[in-house]
Amino acid sequence: MFTSLSDRLSATFKNLRGKGRLSEADVDATIREIRRALLDADVALPVVRAFTGAVRERALSDEVSQALNPSQQVVKIVNDELVGILGGQTRRIQFAKRPPTVIMLAGLQGAGKTTLAGKLAHWLTSEGHRPMLVACDLQRPNAVNQLQIVGERAGAFVYAPEPGNGVGDPVKVARDAIEVAKTKLHDIVIVDTAGRLGIDEELMRQAADIRAAVNPDEVLFVIDAMIGQDAVTTAQAFNEGVDFTGVVLSKLDGDARGGAALSVASVTGKPIMFASTGEGLTDFETFHPDRMASRILDMGDVLTLIEQA
Amino acid sequence: AKSNSTLGRGLLSLLSQDTLDEATWEEIEDTLLLADIGAGPSAELVDRLRERVRVLGTRDPGTVQALLREELLALVDPQMDRALNVDGEQKPAVILVVGVNGAGKTTTVGKIARVLVAEHRSVLLGAADTFRAAAAEQLATWGSRVGVETERAEQEGADPASVAYRAVERGVQEGTDVVLVDTAGRLQNKVGLMDQLGKVKRVAEKPLGGRPVDEVLLVLDATTGQNGMQQARVFAEAVNISGIVLTKLDGTAKGGIVVAVQRELGVPVKLVGLGEGADDLAPFDPEEFVDALLR
Ligand SMILES: Nc1nc2c(ncn2[C@@H]2O[C@H](COP(=O)(O)OP(=O)(O)OP(=O)(O)O)[C@@H](O)[C@H]2O)c(=O)[nH]1
Ligand SMILES: Nc1nc2c(ncn2[C@@H]2O[C@H](COP(=O)(O)OP(=O)(O)OP(=O)(O)O)[C@@H](O)[C@H]2O)c(=O)[nH]1
Ligand SMILES: [Mg+2]
Ligand SMILES: [Mg+2]
Repeated sequence: MFTSLSDRLSATFKNLRGKGRLSEADVDATIREIRRALLDADVALPVVRAFTGAVRERALSDEVSQALNPSQQVVKIVNDELVGILGGQTRRIQFAKRPPTVIMLAGLQGAGKTTLAGKLAHWLTSEGHRPMLVACDLQRPNAVNQLQIVGERAGAFVYAPEPGNGVGDPVKVARDAIEVAKTKLHDIVIVDTAGRLGIDEELMRQAADIRAAVNPDEVLFVIDAMIGQDAVTTAQAFNEGVDFTGVVLSKLDGDARGGAALSVASVTGKPIMFASTGEGLTDFETFHPDRMASRILDMGDVLTLIEQA
Repeated sequence: AKSNSTLGRGLLSLLSQDTLDEATWEEIEDTLLLADIGAGPSAELVDRLRERVRVLGTRDPGTVQALLREELLALVDPQMDRALNVDGEQKPAVILVVGVNGAGKTTTVGKIARVLVAEHRSVLLGAADTFRAAAAEQLATWGSRVGVETERAEQEGADPASVAYRAVERGVQEGTDVVLVDTAGRLQNKVGLMDQLGKVKRVAEKPLGGRPVDEVLLVLDATTGQNGMQQARVFAEAVNISGIVLTKLDGTAKGGIVVAVQRELGVPVKLVGLGEGADDLAPFDPEEFVDALLR
């Protein structure tokens, strides 16, 4: 395992202790450790750069040089900046004024869209809604069956008029679904789509067409917490392609540090709304920026360190 | 083609400048970082390169470029044997496919079956993912697509080890050339699921009379960042990985984490996934991989 940020910072801070003021060299040494920690946590390089730049500027300002304990102050700045980016605009699902509320899911292959569809349906049902799931992945083998099973488990109706496995037009299914929801009095429509690459122009256009056909209240971009540097390119491609309204970070039950959260939030400015934390129907929660900041930076230890500093 | 440099310049154009300055070295390191090579390994590589450049006394960017490629290629090690181990003395050869959720295991099983069938081998699939919704159906669809049968549980939630056992046993009885066993995705920090995987392997080996399975392929998604290392370590501990399949290389991710993974485990990347179709599988080519990293 890589040494944690707290290990590295404690080494740096040892030299700082008792000095009172931070020199520019002290700050730079600290910034180097923070940079390394962010990279190890898979925060994308351009984001690391912008982030450390902002931290450096604040660390050299009066707020730090006049603080009682400057090194402690630097760590606090890092944490604040991180939480700021991650949680700038946390918000809840936007419901349509006139039902049905339409939620579309999009993301790379295997990100966790179909599983999330079931989780959303289960959660919204428990909140008194009558969600309907729509099978618009007509590409991947048995994606339709998977959604049907997931829907059954969640106790939600699944609109799946096409068999999939290459047969059927997903844009038509999406469009028809809205009428079906209205006649069957479903107040929420959750549209599952096929996984696609950011660079696949044809499939990205299809996703945009699905979006146009259903005019969703929310487009959720589902991204795997294990993703590395590609998070930026992918988030930008989906942002341009389907103009998503919120982000869901999946597989957070793993041990990935999840730096992608920072990358995506920072390059798109879109809020991270939910965390997916398992394969079960209820493994799903509101996203917590402070917990994510600690996770990315190994901050649990860092905060103890502040107390010692 | 898309540029993969943050600054939109690309390493090659940078190295075609005529002086080597600090910015150039930084740009080299950036290229490696952006490919998910990892902060530690990238810094080491740049240091080694700097040392070689110093010793050689060169200031020629073309030479540096060649040296970088050479260093990376050495890390990837073109000498490794990357053939699938399916031609052992005893039949059937058994290949177990493992990895985290959504990495591309089931798809890879389908694609490998396609290749083996094209080589006129008889193949049987074992659907030992009894957990995920419609996982067995997905595998069976792949089976019928490439014209092979799938051994699967009667019902959802059955014991995956017993499905694996039955698939291998049937392979033994029928004299099948290769049995490919698909497993459920699992995150490596789930101890119970990793133990279960160990059991699947042990039980699958029973019909082989004490002989181990011939291949255990770890499927790694090319978009995976530094967590890929932890995946590799823990899966290797549980089931003794013999090869890596790097999937989704048709996207923008470079899959640089496999460089460290290969080195850590001492097992080669054998195959790469290049799409969702049956033919989108290729042998891993070290030179191509390195050139793509630097592009
Ligand atoms: N551990 C864990 N597994 C998850 C989570 N979300 C999804 N999965 C698993 O990840 C795999 C892929 O999930 P899917 O929901 O099929 O992903 P998808 O985005 O619909 O995939 P495609 O439709 O093939 O693009 C499955 O094995 C899921 O059970 C999560 O939060 N944690
Ligand atoms: N673009 C691309 N997509 C791929 C590749 N390999 C697999 N996929 C897609 O990735 C998604 C997940 O693939 P699966 O084969 O279901 O993955 P898995 O590891 O079996 O997933 P679980 O069993 O749920 O853990 C599907 O949408 C596949 O079509 C590849 O090489 N390139
Ligand atoms: Mg899906
Ligand atoms: Mg599978």
